[in-house]
Amino acid sequence: MSARIDETGIKIGMWLFLYSEIILFGGLFVLYAAYFHRYPEQFAVGGKELNRIIGSINTVVLLVSSFAVAASITAIQRDARKHTIGLLLFSLCCGCIFLVNKYFEWGAKIHHDIFPNSDTLVNGEPGVNIFFGLYYVITGLHGLHVIIGMILLSISLVLVLMGKVNKSRFAMLDNSGLYWHLVDLIWIFVFPLFYLVL
Amino acid sequence: MKNVPLRKNVMTDHEDTHHVLSYGQLGAVLAVLLTLTGITVGVSYVHLGFFNVPVALAIACTKVTFVLLFFMHLKYEGPIIVISFLSTVAFLMIMIGFTFWDVAFR
Repeated sequence: MSARIDETGIKIGMWLFLYSEIILFGGLFVLYAAYFHRYPEQFAVGGKELNRIIGSINTVVLLVSSFAVAASITAIQRDARKHTIGLLLFSLCCGCIFLVNKYFEWGAKIHHDIFPNSDTLVNGEPGVNIFFGLYYVITGLHGLHVIIGMILLSISLVLVLMGKVNKSRFAMLDNSGLYWHLVDLIWIFVFPLFYLVL
Repeated sequence: MKNVPLRKNVMTDHEDTHHVLSYGQLGAVLAVLLTLTGITVGVSYVHLGFFNVPVALAIACTKVTFVLLFFMHLKYEGPIIVISFLSTVAFLMIMIGFTFWDVAFR
């Protein structure tokens, strides 16, 4: 009845899931590349509408939160439970800041009549319509991943508080961390493609 | 009673496989990532025409490499995860490369 824990197996399982996520977003980036090739000028027009400052702030927020999650795993391995809890709470705050920024960003776009099937986009240039279509799909799916990542981190935080995630057993926190870093990875590509390239 | 030595085994196993990065090392990685973010934002204001795209993507790839190697511990993982990850990247390159090739030279 000994509970032998297959740490490597747990990790490989998580990575396999992450590969499917990478391919999912990879497919969307293929779409972006193909339409960017067809409508480069109109993508530039669309890109100029996006707020670089909010985009940059969100990039920094996600990078810092990724650091905090990585540090929380270091802390749990060193048995520094308070550090782990603090760092996880900090990462969750960063996730909230990201989503609030996204809310204001999307809100401003919608206020300017830029949203799927809005009159401005439907009657405007086709490239601009496709640019914002991709913008909403990719940042929306990414936002959903941020929410899922925050849920996973919250579950890990509760388990740390209950003592079920500890120095000798922290696969849940480790895997939630991997998911959170994946969210960061995707944003690292989304940010230049939508906000900067044009 | 018999479980005790087994448990110990698990713990030593686990100390072998887990490389603990210090806060300082992680902080250094964060500093690199923030610097690269600054560079990519700065470069985007310089008009390089077509070259803006490869420059932005090259910086993004560098950042991603740092996140993968250190935050995601890929540098310290065994061959199974490293090889399967590289295969995924290779598949992604084929998917993006061939689709784009088709679209660009149609």
